[in-house]
Amino acid sequence: MSTATHTRQAPEDDLALVPAKPRIGDKVFTGLSTGAGIAIFVILAAVALFLIAQAFPALTSTPEMLQSRGYGPFWSWVAPFAFGTVYSAFWALVFAVPVAIGIALFISHYAPRRLASGLGYVIDLLAAVPSVVYGLWGANTFAAALQPLHAWLATYLGWFPLFTPPASGTGRSMLTTSLVLAVMILPIITSLCREVFLQTPKLHEEAALALGATRWEMICMAVFPFARAGIVSAVMLGLGRALGETMAVAMVLSGAGVIKFDIIGQQNPNTIAATIALNFPDASGLRINQLIAGGLILFVITLAVNMLARWIVRRRAAFSGAN
Amino acid sequence: MFSKKLAAPLALVAASVIAFSGCAANEAAAPATSGGAASGLNGRLTGKGASSMSVAQTTWIAAFQTANPGVTINYSPDGSGAGREAFASGAVQYAGSDRALKDEEMGAGKFAVCAPDSNALNLPVYVSPIAIIYKVDGVTDLKLDADTTAKIFAGKITTWNDPAIAALNPGANLPSATITAVHRSDDSGTTENFTDYLAQAAPSVWNQKSAGIWPDAFPGEAAKGTAGVVGAVQSGNNTIGYADESQAGSLGKAQIKVGNEFFGPTAEAAAKLVDNATKVSGRSANDWALKLDRTAQGQYPIALVSYALVCEHYADSSVANLVKSYVGYIASDAGQKAAQAKAGNAPLSADMQAKLKTSIDSIK
Repeated sequence: MSTATHTRQAPEDDLALVPAKPRIGDKVFTGLSTGAGIAIFVILAAVALFLIAQAFPALTSTPEMLQSRGYGPFWSWVAPFAFGTVYSAFWALVFAVPVAIGIALFISHYAPRRLASGLGYVIDLLAAVPSVVYGLWGANTFAAALQPLHAWLATYLGWFPLFTPPASGTGRSMLTTSLVLAVMILPIITSLCREVFLQTPKLHEEAALALGATRWEMICMAVFPFARAGIVSAVMLGLGRALGETMAVAMVLSGAGVIKFDIIGQQNPNTIAATIALNFPDASGLRINQLIAGGLILFVITLAVNMLARWIVRRRAAFSGAN
Repeated sequence: MFSKKLAAPLALVAASVIAFSGCAANEAAAPATSGGAASGLNGRLTGKGASSMSVAQTTWIAAFQTANPGVTINYSPDGSGAGREAFASGAVQYAGSDRALKDEEMGAGKFAVCAPDSNALNLPVYVSPIAIIYKVDGVTDLKLDADTTAKIFAGKITTWNDPAIAALNPGANLPSATITAVHRSDDSGTTENFTDYLAQAAPSVWNQKSAGIWPDAFPGEAAKGTAGVVGAVQSGNNTIGYADESQAGSLGKAQIKVGNEFFGPTAEAAAKLVDNATKVSGRSANDWALKLDRTAQGQYPIALVSYALVCEHYADSSVANLVKSYVGYIASDAGQKAAQAKAGNAPLSADMQAKLKTSIDSIK
């Protein structure tokens, strides 16, 4: 702000070095935004500190100690859940991203304007549904409805490692859970993508069309390159929600402490967040520390995934159509 | 607002208490009259712990507060572990727990709310039968024994027309469908008691120790909470699970073979489990931490036994009086039967009630 004020002042003499008269609004605004910026660091540091402090007893206990008073040796205990967290989020993204980008494109480039605004509103409503409602729906209705599909996959595609029989008898599998998760992260990815697609410079689009591109080619040439960084950010936000989702997974997934790639079976790798939610009420002593140490691992996973995403975005930025 | 909120349940409970006192006039004193004797009581009690006895606690609290208007009791059903922690740290004056305190958790001076030289007391006040629930086409009266049950839940028996099941159910029309066994995904006292039964009664099949968390070595479907298991068994087909008997709804409940007899999850048969139990050794005479014998004759062996955790000797004598009076009511015949109407627990036998009364009277 202040540099802009400097340059606007008469450039012919050295008056530019005299600072602009400070205004109260500037001071308040600077203070507020700096404060907010610092607050996020403080909050994040406080969370990390709490996790580390509470996890410390579990991380420093011997495996024998954890075997008798906790849930078992830490790393072999947490590994299946860390795997389950990433695995369920991965499948949720596989299901959600193509659909979300499709909806966003439809809203931004295909639908008539009236329909588009109405549809955008409906998608945003999906984000307002509490996760416990998704959990109830997933566990009681959706799982039972998908059970025949599980049986079918096991019978006819059982040779494929993802569909190893026997199939779940109630449908509360990794497949169902990640589909529920996909519905939950759909609105986040869709809304962000829609906004980014709408930001595509009209000139780029018109230039592509003028060169004889069809609408689809125009989207590939002008919209996607411009929006790539935005799409990645949107997907990362969705991934963050999928990684941390607790209630819906706890209610829908038939989870256990196992590492399995099969997505239609009875025993599925549970997620860290769901494991904490399921075991915390009855935990005491060292078990609480061990669960919080699990939370620390989840925190690290989320942080790593986000940093990876930032890195991808920055690396790609140079080649995007945005500049 | 407070009184308005409580008015309806209070009225209900008051009505049921009056009804009970009417039909059991020759038995133990009804709470209305015992309340008269203790009406000088006032103060606040806070308890925390097992969600399994949440409904029972609500019933007891409502009845007790009606009889003793000066007393306010709160029980938050946050889970057994949370209850034991809070009791040890002194945040609450009593706790509900799905298991007794272990030897290493006991000890004078470990409980902030107790006097420095006082140990805790484990009082088994809530017995709740656990039913093996099932939904199988064409089967209405399923009979199982320990080995067969263990094999079903361990994934060793996978179809309903397995010879082992057929042998126990002669003449039943068992389908050839695959068995879907559902267990709890959360850490729970129900699972701990169920696996304790399997470990004691079928050790050749169930080679794991009893635990609140289902062992990963055994397959099957997991569902969250009693409601989750009942829902999964209900919405699936050819399913079997285990849940609190009072929550089983319209689902079939298997009969369990003990010796040469079959027992369903009835209150009387389940209460015998406590009578047949032996005390954990090395505890004081007033501590009723129990070692349940799941293989004893003449009982339904799968039941959850929840304890009230109190102090032998409270640091504050007014708290001691409140606890004595309230827990005394819980363990009385009136209290047990009042809870049964709402929570479906198995009332303790008269013999056990007398033993607990002696313990509770010793609280200082």
